Amino acid sequence: MILLFIVFCPVIAALVICAGAPARRTALGASASMLLAAAGAFLAFDHAEQGFNFVTSMPISSEWRLSFTLGLDGLSMIMVLLTAIVTLAAVWFTGKIVRHENAFYACLLLISAGAMGAFASLDLFFFYAFHELALIPTFLLIGIWGSGNRFTAAWKVTIYLATGSFILLLGLILLYRSVPEAARSFDLRVLQTAAAAGQIPVEAQRHIYLLLLIGFGILISLFPFHTWAPEAYACAPAPAAMLHAGVLKKFGLYGLLRIAVPMLPEGARHWAWLLMILLLGNIIYVGLVTIAQKRLDWMLGYSSVMHMGYIFLGIASANLLGINGAAILMFAHGLSIALLFAVAGQVRERTGTLVLADLGGLGRVMPLGAFAFGLGVFASIGLPGFANFSAEVLVFFGAFRNGADFGGFHAFQIATLLALWGVVISAVYMLRAYRATFMGTISEQWRSVADLPGRLRTPIALLAVALLWLGFFPQTFVRILVPTFRNYFPTSSAQFARSGDSAYTVR
Amino acid sequence: MISAPALEIAVLLLGLFVLLVEAFATKIEKRTLAMIAIVGLACVLCASFFLAPAPAAAASGFWSFYSADPLALFFKRFALVTTILVLIMMIDYAPIVRQSIHGATHQSGLGEFFALPLFTCVGLMWMAAAVDFVMIFVSLEVVTMSFYVLVAFTRRNPFSLEAGVKYLILSALSTAFLVYGITWIFGVTGETNLDRVAAALGAGGVEEGPVLLGMSLVLVALGFKIAAVPFQIWVPDVYQGAPTPVTAYLSVGSKAAGFVVLLRVLGPFFILPQIQRLLVWVAVLTLLYGNLAALPQTNLKRLLAYSSIAHAGYLLIGVVSFSGAAVAFYLVSYLLMTILSFAVLVVVANQTGDQIENFNGLSKRSPFLSLAMLVAMASLAGVPFTAGFFGKFFIFDAAIRQQQTALVIVGVITVACGFYYYLKVVRAMYWETSTSDEAVPLSGLSRATMIALMAAIIALGVYPQPVLNALRPATRSPASAAR
Repeated sequence: MILLFIVFCPVIAALVICAGAPARRTALGASASMLLAAAGAFLAFDHAEQGFNFVTSMPISSEWRLSFTLGLDGLSMIMVLLTAIVTLAAVWFTGKIVRHENAFYACLLLISAGAMGAFASLDLFFFYAFHELALIPTFLLIGIWGSGNRFTAAWKVTIYLATGSFILLLGLILLYRSVPEAARSFDLRVLQTAAAAGQIPVEAQRHIYLLLLIGFGILISLFPFHTWAPEAYACAPAPAAMLHAGVLKKFGLYGLLRIAVPMLPEGARHWAWLLMILLLGNIIYVGLVTIAQKRLDWMLGYSSVMHMGYIFLGIASANLLGINGAAILMFAHGLSIALLFAVAGQVRERTGTLVLADLGGLGRVMPLGAFAFGLGVFASIGLPGFANFSAEVLVFFGAFRNGADFGGFHAFQIATLLALWGVVISAVYMLRAYRATFMGTISEQWRSVADLPGRLRTPIALLAVALLWLGFFPQTFVRILVPTFRNYFPTSSAQFARSGDSAYTVR
Repeated sequence: MISAPALEIAVLLLGLFVLLVEAFATKIEKRTLAMIAIVGLACVLCASFFLAPAPAAAASGFWSFYSADPLALFFKRFALVTTILVLIMMIDYAPIVRQSIHGATHQSGLGEFFALPLFTCVGLMWMAAAVDFVMIFVSLEVVTMSFYVLVAFTRRNPFSLEAGVKYLILSALSTAFLVYGITWIFGVTGETNLDRVAAALGAGGVEEGPVLLGMSLVLVALGFKIAAVPFQIWVPDVYQGAPTPVTAYLSVGSKAAGFVVLLRVLGPFFILPQIQRLLVWVAVLTLLYGNLAALPQTNLKRLLAYSSIAHAGYLLIGVVSFSGAAVAFYLVSYLLMTILSFAVLVVVANQTGDQIENFNGLSKRSPFLSLAMLVAMASLAGVPFTAGFFGKFFIFDAAIRQQQTALVIVGVITVACGFYYYLKVVRAMYWETSTSDEAVPLSGLSRATMIALMAAIIALGVYPQPVLNALRPATRSPASAAR
């Protein structure tokens, strides 16, 4: 029941807002009650439960064995929590909307509902459908309320995501078809059991995994399908960028973690080399591109693409350490990028520009903004004490450990070493951007710029406290993640334990 | 219990009745005729749920021409619903008909405008039931004849006349192909009944060449009906020129009937691999042409015309993958979303025009109409939780099952194209600013229809089972329960 409430609360709120209810108050109320419900679910989460908590199910089509099923395990629990936190922060950070205020809030809530539904669905079909639902609100948000080259950006993001989604849909249908007739179902649990029993032929696994990797990859902005992301985030209004970069993009990663890697271990192994090259493209190539950015919003957009590389690395490592790291990094990155986009949006609102060369010294007039942005910057770089640090450490250890028993350097280890340079790269661009925006001499025109209003302290605190809490006590999440991953990764982690086969080892 | 052919006879009588009233009761408001027609069709629709079962194994006499299987019944209801919706649209369109007809009174011509769709409907229903080439030909002609008149109905409008001439010439040509094809098939097999043709082909000893030739010629005619490449040339001009409700009728009713016949006719011939290969190519070309040509359109009617070509491509994927259920579901979703978009188009075009830029800022002028259009466009593009998505889902699933990799790849690429041109309309309504702030008037009946269509699109997008059930012969529909 609590899950039904969490998923449909934003939908209903959006409808009510469309019908003419006071937009901001309704949206705030809905997202706050969503967060409360999600927190309640987190506290009530049954760690001992082997499968899923809070399962509710409603059959849709017997012929297709399709049913609307919601449920949470450790992984989806933290994603739901992330969605709730970022939604509340995004709604809170929304400033004065001049055109169609109601539609703006309704779109925000619909994106949130799409993400929430996708994370909570135990049914492949609804998992997919909920995510697609967020496509049209994203298009409208960027197109109507965006800035800069918003038309191009809106088209680009929509067409990229639609293509990615349909490739993904093909992969999912193939997955559904690859299981023997008796076990055929859209239910993740049934498919998982079938996959664990080895009912998906190896050849099929390879095809399907490639489709899923490309489909999800486009949605996650995997190199070289990443070009939609920076532009979309730069042009989107800040709350939309927060929700999309922070939450919705995690859908693809969640899908890889939930479906592609555990159900298709053979496919994952077969294409590990490809993923390895692409994720290095994300970390190194996109990292260098990020350094070259001249605008704060573009820099943030590219940085969010770059950080996906680490999460891919964790997923590719496919051992408990790395996967835990990837899951926590998804959460941490969602919060930190949301914080950064929020403050950047506030800066744009006040100065009307985000060109780094024009800004400078804003720390003097916007101490709260500078502080909040600084928190986000340090979290993004992965300073110890922030959630990103604990997660990245897990990812690196996990990836490095893969194949450590072998004499020579393993491809994973080389990739890890290269990826470590990403930390340096991200420190360079983040700190440079921070210096260019908030330090140095302030130009005359910005003297009268106002600081963030005090009411924004709450959402900032919400994001920052969550980041710090996880930085110091990652155990909070590891505790619920480990049983989950043990539960559905058993086959693949066993296979990956011996995956240091000669093909990937450099002697 | 009603026997199946009584449905068509009832609709035919209803059409004659409307014509008689129109001829003798000259003083009445002509829109009542449309209401009579709508109510009458609704009664027939209800009656279709209380049909007596068709004789089970008697493929002789009348029943060798006419089938009352679930497929036929399903598409008869489909034709009835389409006609009702088109008539509702026609009521909104009546002012434009008046402007473009020379005549003494202000409502001359309206009576025929409301009566003709009934005759088209009869033809569509016969087409759904036809299992014999002769019957197929006759019913196809009934449909086409009434469309000749309807397309050119607003005869002061040169575009409408142009459309009428184009439709007449090309349609007549395709009819000639059909007859010629049937002759070849008859010449080789000696049969016109589809089952017996299949039996004759299966028995062997039939020359393959003439059969293939005949079948290809029949496919030309059907390709014209369903607007498949390379027989699509008439579509954009005719769709743009014809009165909008007629365009909607052409793009839904005529296409659906074409697909039923295609499904039936292909049954015997799918044993020939050449036919399937040919259809794969036609499907690929139709998908590419329809979607790519839709991209640069600026006129909404033309855009919908190209989109209807594109949707014929998706439907053909279903046909090639032998999935009648997928095709039927897709047609239902196509009916809902196309009629909804044309209904909005009629209302908006009455006030401003049918260019996409006439929709600029519609969200300000009429939030309801723009919401309806948004739902229609989202469904046409294939966004989940709309009927259009399930349609594509079933089609792609069928294609994957048949391992039609090429079709699936082309299908996915073109779906992405679709997002572009359908969202172009959404962009106009929500992003652009409007030149006028004038509200768009909307009648209660149209509003109720649009709400019902939107509800149906979303309901089928969440729960597609009812349509799938309706097609299954094993379900306990009244017809089979009585058996």
